[in-house]
Amino acid sequence: MSNMNRRRFLKTGGAVLAASSLPLSLVEVAFGKAQPENFSFAYISDSHITQIKGKEFVRNWDRGLIRAVAEANLLDPRPDFIFYGGDIAQLGKPEEIDHGLEILAGLRGDVHYVMGEHDYYLDLGEHWRKRLGAEHYSFDHKGVHVVVLNSILTYHDWTYDKWDTPMRRMKEMARLDNPQGSPFMVGDEQREWLRKDLAKVSKNTPLVILSHSPLQKIYKGWNFWTEDAEQVQALLKPFDKVTVLYGHVHQIEYNQIGNISFNSAMATAWPWPYPASFTQEASYMPKLTVAMNRADPFFERDATGWQFINMHTGDVDVHYLLPDNRNRVVAFDQKQGHPVDTNYQPESARIPPQHHF
Amino acid sequence: MTSLSTYRRVALCIFIAGLGSPVVNGAPLGLPPVPIPADNPQTPAKIELGDRLYHETRFSADGKVSCSTCHEKDKAFTDHRRVSEGHDGLLGTRNAPTVINAAYMKTLFWDGREPDLEGQSKQPPVNPVEGGLPNHEALLEVIRNDPSYVEAFKEVFGVNDASEITIDQYADAIASFERTIIAGDSPFDRYQYGGDKSAMSEAAIRGLKVFTGQGRCVSCHIIEETQALFTDNRFHNIGVGFKNIQGREAVIAGEFVKAKNAGADVDKTVLADPDASELGRFAVSENINQVGAFKTASLRNIALTAPYMHDGSQKTLEDMVTFYNNGGRVKEDDPFSPFLSGGIRPLNLSDQQQADLVEFLKALTSPEIAEQVTSTEIITEKRSD
Repeated sequence: MSNMNRRRFLKTGGAVLAASSLPLSLVEVAFGKAQPENFSFAYISDSHITQIKGKEFVRNWDRGLIRAVAEANLLDPRPDFIFYGGDIAQLGKPEEIDHGLEILAGLRGDVHYVMGEHDYYLDLGEHWRKRLGAEHYSFDHKGVHVVVLNSILTYHDWTYDKWDTPMRRMKEMARLDNPQGSPFMVGDEQREWLRKDLAKVSKNTPLVILSHSPLQKIYKGWNFWTEDAEQVQALLKPFDKVTVLYGHVHQIEYNQIGNISFNSAMATAWPWPYPASFTQEASYMPKLTVAMNRADPFFERDATGWQFINMHTGDVDVHYLLPDNRNRVVAFDQKQGHPVDTNYQPESARIPPQHHF
Repeated sequence: MTSLSTYRRVALCIFIAGLGSPVVNGAPLGLPPVPIPADNPQTPAKIELGDRLYHETRFSADGKVSCSTCHEKDKAFTDHRRVSEGHDGLLGTRNAPTVINAAYMKTLFWDGREPDLEGQSKQPPVNPVEGGLPNHEALLEVIRNDPSYVEAFKEVFGVNDASEITIDQYADAIASFERTIIAGDSPFDRYQYGGDKSAMSEAAIRGLKVFTGQGRCVSCHIIEETQALFTDNRFHNIGVGFKNIQGREAVIAGEFVKAKNAGADVDKTVLADPDASELGRFAVSENINQVGAFKTASLRNIALTAPYMHDGSQKTLEDMVTFYNNGGRVKEDDPFSPFLSGGIRPLNLSDQQQADLVEFLKALTSPEIAEQVTSTEIITEKRSD
């Protein structure tokens, strides 16, 4: 990304930029001594690399990841690091994870990884961990505390006792609207780790949490859902400013629950629609305010993409790079206290989605 | 349906009646009415002036290059060269697109860096590798010192004297002339829109099926219910020329943007620097998902406009079809561009299907253009005039 482009993006951030250009003394009042610095990072997710046989992989998903890597390598100035948001593979096969990592090895910069259910449910993350290390971890970067969770775990019985083969388990978890499915969760053990990890962090340090599934409840049938989301949110609640970044949903979503901003990642593989309804119980679904402009099935990359993220004094703005579509920017609006689409939020500015018959 | 085809026939009659004199309104079979900007209405005198300016060689450093040099009537308004040759034999980086039906384009140049023909016409005379004039003032000097031009500008634009002649008036006149270079009524048009099922050969009819089906051509080279512009006016990376900058994209893009921010002109940079040229639409939009994306060219009269692609790298229609059949690669074992458009993929067309596709492309030739064109040979030697 060029300097000029970056500046233009910042401009569209409006309120965000105004806040970060306040006199330093005022910012210090808000954030104390550990004044976070501004920085950016790239965020690629959900490539679903699929092996056909041997060295043959589904071309479409390969091309999506290859293109995102090539484009991310053009960011200028360079992002501080790159996040991969989970689901490198489709059926968790070592061949798929290895092929995906071979493509991702082309990235210029350090990459941090998040575990997705498609990476996990064949061998319960064994190959992934062998290649990439821990599945939950945290680090500090320029005054921001970054936490990575494995949010796609589920009940012990379902994981260990229910299925005759690992591949059967993988395929059951991959199925949408599966009556035999099971909801994602962070789980007691990892929540305890999170509690201890956060105990060391001052409450005015901005937090950025990365998980594969949304740490909010959107739609259970597709696991746009984390069963213990409220308990995780409760651990995040004491902090002044928290942003949760998640993959899995293959579309642009944003929401605000109390002090927590939620932003999703696009997939490099394919788009999912927004779930239309949820009638089981009271809906926690963030209202869909801005639909994707269009998705033309001819252009395989349309309605896919990747994103880079600017952090301004702990606030996040997400820049969506959408091939064959119009790029979008979802930025935290200080005045309104939640993320907004900087271009298409006003009703009059929206482009109705195109219907194909 | 009946009333529609009647309407078309009426429109056609108006056009035929207009042949020999400039088309002011109406449109030939297969094309919509020519869009005329409200602030630059067509008049016969303006079109005539534009015609003269289009052929004026004094708008160049060596006095030999006009618009017509690279967009010549008897070469289907192209130059039949890989890339264009400007003043004193200087070479640019891009293949001259035809002016025929350019009036319908929503952006001009391969990277769409100008929004209309008016904007386009101002660039080449002052581009260092094309006209080579130092500035527009030098061009206006030529006009202001030629009494016959001054008279014409007085008549067309109502200027009181030579000092009131502007570059925008020059651009308006040339654009008006170019809006008369319109051609439809090809065998395809007569087959598709004229109700003449014998207008295309059997092979071309089979080729049309490949074009709209397995060949996936029609998604960008659009054919509509009542007209066909054969372009979507969008920008796509189809894999042409990427090997020239492969692995160096970040450096080239970074340096380009740095230079642009420091005031470098896009038009001058992309035509002088072969690396910057390959950035395509990115040079204009600075959008990193448009690296190497170029505008979809119309296919009308394509059999008369070789060579092809933004860099003139494809010599024949057969080569071009092979390139697409290989999913954006010259040879089957070449690498794919990492920036390749999601619309481009190997097509698995049979030899027969590829040959039929070529026959279809040949059926996009307008009869009056075929009559004007004296040769379709690709020219490799330096210009002698």
